[in-house]
Amino acid sequence: MPSKGEYLGMPVEIGDLDEPNRSFYRFCALGELRLQQCSSCGLKRYPPTTACPFCAHPDSTWVAVEGRGTLYSYGEVHHAIQPAFRAHVPYLLLLVELDEQRDTPSPFDGLRLTGNLAAPDGSLATPDMVRQVGIGSRLRVVFARVGDQLAMPLWTLDQDAEQPAKPWRYSIE
Amino acid sequence: MDATSDRGLRGKYAIVGVGETGYMRGSGCTTRQLGTTAVRKAIEDAGLTPGEVDGMLSYSFNDSTFSTTIAGDLGIRLNFYVDVYGGGSSIEALIGIAMGVIEAGMCKTVAIYRAMNGYSQVRIGGTGGRGAVAPLSGEGLFPRGYGLMSAGQMFCQSFMRHMYDYGTTPEQVAMVKVIHSQHAANNPKAYYNKPVTVEDVLSSRMIVKPLHLLDCCVETDNGTAIIVTRIDRARDLRHTPAVIQSVVGRCSKPRSDNHYQSGPISTVAGYYAKDILWPNAGVGPEDIDVTGSYDAFTFTTLLQLEDYGFCKKGEGGEYVSSGDMRLGGKRPNNTSGGHLCEGYTHGVNMVIENVRQLRHDVDDSCPIGADGKRQHTYIYNEGGCRQVKDAELSANLGWATPGTGSALVMARGTR
Repeated sequence: MPSKGEYLGMPVEIGDLDEPNRSFYRFCALGELRLQQCSSCGLKRYPPTTACPFCAHPDSTWVAVEGRGTLYSYGEVHHAIQPAFRAHVPYLLLLVELDEQRDTPSPFDGLRLTGNLAAPDGSLATPDMVRQVGIGSRLRVVFARVGDQLAMPLWTLDQDAEQPAKPWRYSIE
Repeated sequence: MDATSDRGLRGKYAIVGVGETGYMRGSGCTTRQLGTTAVRKAIEDAGLTPGEVDGMLSYSFNDSTFSTTIAGDLGIRLNFYVDVYGGGSSIEALIGIAMGVIEAGMCKTVAIYRAMNGYSQVRIGGTGGRGAVAPLSGEGLFPRGYGLMSAGQMFCQSFMRHMYDYGTTPEQVAMVKVIHSQHAANNPKAYYNKPVTVEDVLSSRMIVKPLHLLDCCVETDNGTAIIVTRIDRARDLRHTPAVIQSVVGRCSKPRSDNHYQSGPISTVAGYYAKDILWPNAGVGPEDIDVTGSYDAFTFTTLLQLEDYGFCKKGEGGEYVSSGDMRLGGKRPNNTSGGHLCEGYTHGVNMVIENVRQLRHDVDDSCPIGADGKRQHTYIYNEGGCRQVKDAELSANLGWATPGTGSALVMARGTR
């Protein structure tokens, strides 16, 4: 049976044949951020793939990561393309670099996850929250449910972490 | 032999014909009509007849009509054709493929075209399109589930990180649009032909930071085409040939499935492509007279000029705002106004423009003399000349994404 749900009014469906994506979003529904770890070279990877991008080995296991990281870059959408997002502008397109596997296997490489800024309950961030976040901000993962079996990983300010005094933001507010 | 070895084809192929429709919003016709018109004009421009073209290539990312239909309409019997999926960076790649299939003896002369109702039918950015409301599934989930769908939304992370890494300012980036708009003012075909200021760019509404409306290109309806053939054939034809020195096709950063995983993201595919482009061409960026750096956005022009070595890494902001790439400057860029002003074509119009530059025959408003040739004044004020004086070498830098690019070096030939 395909895994089905709905997110922000958009239908979501992951077919049975798509094991990597189905597993990733099903673990999220359990409240776990898990990535594939290569059974040969041991490197973790994102997004889900069918082989190891570092050594081409076909086998991997799903390992939990802490779900904490630093904002590496972002965009701030004011003109939404998808109708589902029009009620949520401005929203942030985040690129969050996880604490795990930074500068590995090469300098400047990292596990950089896409996502949106959200409140701790997984609802998309308010404009006030958006203005507090920039490059260098410390973030932690939260989940927004997508039906019974799936969830979307999103990011919220990590209240337990030391935040930069002034995260870097685009100069025109 | 690696990818940078000299294949011995430098100077053996040329672009001999170029053709285009207008750059319009509301073409009032099908992509079939646009494609047929552009290819017919390119064949006529070359001084060929349709029967002398026996190969065809096209590409599309949104709407198009395939080669078999266009060839059929023009009475062309094909010995070779392929229609490929893709947008920006395709034209340079297809020029390389055309050289390869001619070299393999599969055909003799290839027409390459792009036909799109990019404004009135299928808008590339997705606004109003079916894709904006399609169900989310599989590898579509992690971008579209986050409202990450249009080109601007996909590229903005690279642009923003470049500002963070190198201190590039919004005012510097806006200068790309300012300069291209000044060029477009000397191009009667340009959809937007009024010069704009930095203030105009920065006060236009925000689309996705760091991109304002005027940092984004102008979606249009158009057909564009070029003709590629061997240099020995080219010398018999109507115009001075634009001789292909080197070509790079869809060269990519690591992790082409998700290039943001690899390396500094403020570096783009040109970093890799330059090591194929310049050795094969036998020249370097300092030798180039005119560039066509893909301007889907202001920022794409800047990033590519930097990574292909036209300035030091991180100094792209200074390069694009110094006046070097303005008509009359050291090395003008996108003299037609490019995608930001002439019209969005997925790259073909920038190749067409450079072919005309190398012929010393751009279609500006300079008077046509008794010999039927345009008398270029080299006075670049608004509404004036846009011919680069004594242009001998051009470079086109094509962009698909920050992770994938193509490139082309051409030289003015002899007849």
